[in-house]
Amino acid sequence: MKPLVIADRTFGSRLFIGTGKYPSPLVLSQALEASGSELVTVALRRVSFEEKDPTVSAIDFNKYLVVPNTSGAQNAEEAVRLARLARAASGLTWIKLEVTPDPVYLLPDPYETLQAAELLIKDEFVVLPYIHADPVLAKRLEEAGCAAVMPLGSPIGSARGIKTEEFLKIIIEQAQVPVVVDAGLGLPSHAARAIELGADAVLVNTAVAVARDPVKMAHAFRLAVTSAEAALDAGPIDEQEKASPSSPLTGFLE
Amino acid sequence: MSFIEVLTKTNISQIADSIYHTSEQDVKQILAKNHFSISDFPVLISPDAAPFLEKMATIARSITLLRFGKAMRLYAPLYVSNECVNACVYCGFNIRNTLKRRTLTKAEALTEAARLHAEGFRHILLVSGEHRDKVPLAYFESLAAELSQKFAAISIEVYPMDTKEYQRLAQCGVSGIAIYQETYNRTLYKTFHKGPKADFIYRLTAPERAAEAGFRELGLGALLGLNDFRIDMTCTALHAVYLMKKFWKAHIAISFPRLRKAAGAYTPPAPVSERELAQIIFALRMVLPDVDLVLSTRERSVFRNGMAGAGITRMSAGSKTNPGGYALKENSLEQFEVADTRPSAEVASMLQKKNIEPVWKDFDRSFLSGSS
Repeated sequence: MKPLVIADRTFGSRLFIGTGKYPSPLVLSQALEASGSELVTVALRRVSFEEKDPTVSAIDFNKYLVVPNTSGAQNAEEAVRLARLARAASGLTWIKLEVTPDPVYLLPDPYETLQAAELLIKDEFVVLPYIHADPVLAKRLEEAGCAAVMPLGSPIGSARGIKTEEFLKIIIEQAQVPVVVDAGLGLPSHAARAIELGADAVLVNTAVAVARDPVKMAHAFRLAVTSAEAALDAGPIDEQEKASPSSPLTGFLE
Repeated sequence: MSFIEVLTKTNISQIADSIYHTSEQDVKQILAKNHFSISDFPVLISPDAAPFLEKMATIARSITLLRFGKAMRLYAPLYVSNECVNACVYCGFNIRNTLKRRTLTKAEALTEAARLHAEGFRHILLVSGEHRDKVPLAYFESLAAELSQKFAAISIEVYPMDTKEYQRLAQCGVSGIAIYQETYNRTLYKTFHKGPKADFIYRLTAPERAAEAGFRELGLGALLGLNDFRIDMTCTALHAVYLMKKFWKAHIAISFPRLRKAAGAYTPPAPVSERELAQIIFALRMVLPDVDLVLSTRERSVFRNGMAGAGITRMSAGSKTNPGGYALKENSLEQFEVADTRPSAEVASMLQKKNIEPVWKDFDRSFLSGSS
């Protein structure tokens, strides 16, 4: 596969990790290590940049690109305000844009997300928006200048896998920016499936954080993503309607 | 439609029938499901479900883990006043109680808050008795405006207010309300409450007004011990469902204030045991997977330790329930006796030992309109 580049930065791993729900900062840092990831997201509402924060301290900023997210924001105004405060306090310029007004399914608000993206891009942020698997919205965000789009596989934390496959395929086919499948990936096979569909990367949080052994699970996701990448490089065959013999039937004919 | 209309239309005797005329078979059938709905609640809270407590705990634990992770949010109550015009038979702040009354000055309240801040708390709950002259709206406005500079989230547990008053508080940085209905039985409610609090409907509809005013978090509860807890908790669950549908952006929390039998204290007419409280918590977690379930220091440490990770997602710690109890070291009248007296750091380290991360901050001032 061609290397993964987002906003001129090249990533050696197609696995991104979210840092919520871990039992401790120590387990988090070990899981990050095992994942081989180079990009981690951090919920701004959970961290404090004004003082030493245990989660932030557990992350090696030299090793990982730290991308704050705006989870908890219910509208564009809140998301933009949060992003600006975070940048002022930390200097971090990438932002994972999450505008999720409903606290139960945490589904993204498309209208507010687009508005916030436009404002943040004008403000020179590198914006990675979390969206529903909506191909038209993905194009609109791309046109607005987003560095990637992050459509969901299924609701955040649901571990239900890729339920939006038909629409992800369209997004992937049409996108001129990287597509990162985010949310709902519960098993390494789900992550592998996303990469096999042509997604440029996946973001996983709950499935790793709440596993009995988060470190081992992080490694399992790493293997799955690498395996799917290798499979794509190897030239996979298309799904077939009918069986086809693996040895040619007419090979004996001259 | 307001919740009072929903409650009035609710057939309580039908609910009682589902609770008390269920069977072991019904319980088993529900426990075999993967997803639970609010209509399963009466059976899950029934006496017939009690023998299945371990199974319910297992389910509640896995739901909590998936939805909230290995994390526990911590908060502290800040009692600013114990003055109260109500005569509620069960409450330490009852006007007939002749002990010393105290309203903290703003400076004193800030001193108390500074202590909580130094302990690590970033979520604070302002608590007060009902006394609109001595603790007026302006008092909370002024205090909240100051506290919001240091704390990530401020909630209130005070007398019910009008929508406009809630709006003023929201503008000063208050984002959550806790207002417990005590009992959803209107007839019984009258017998417990004298004073402005006797207005059942005004209290019942307070969360709706707070939501309309822009509060993001609505906290409910029934005072366990006043009425048949199975009925009251079913009504609490229905109240939560109503609010979630009507105010779809609001986050709902449910607390479990429980009256205990104690020497010299009010004897609750319908006491609830720890085992029963555990059943309530597991059943609620099963039918309302995303609602915050809050446990205060009214409960003893062994119980709190056990419930961490098994349904409870938020806890107070190191609480003092009298005004001036933290830094001022006052011996003023407390609302209830704290059973878990451990300092907050000790609660945090208990959580860490249980492989649960204590979370002190889970909100940001940026979410408040008017912040910059």
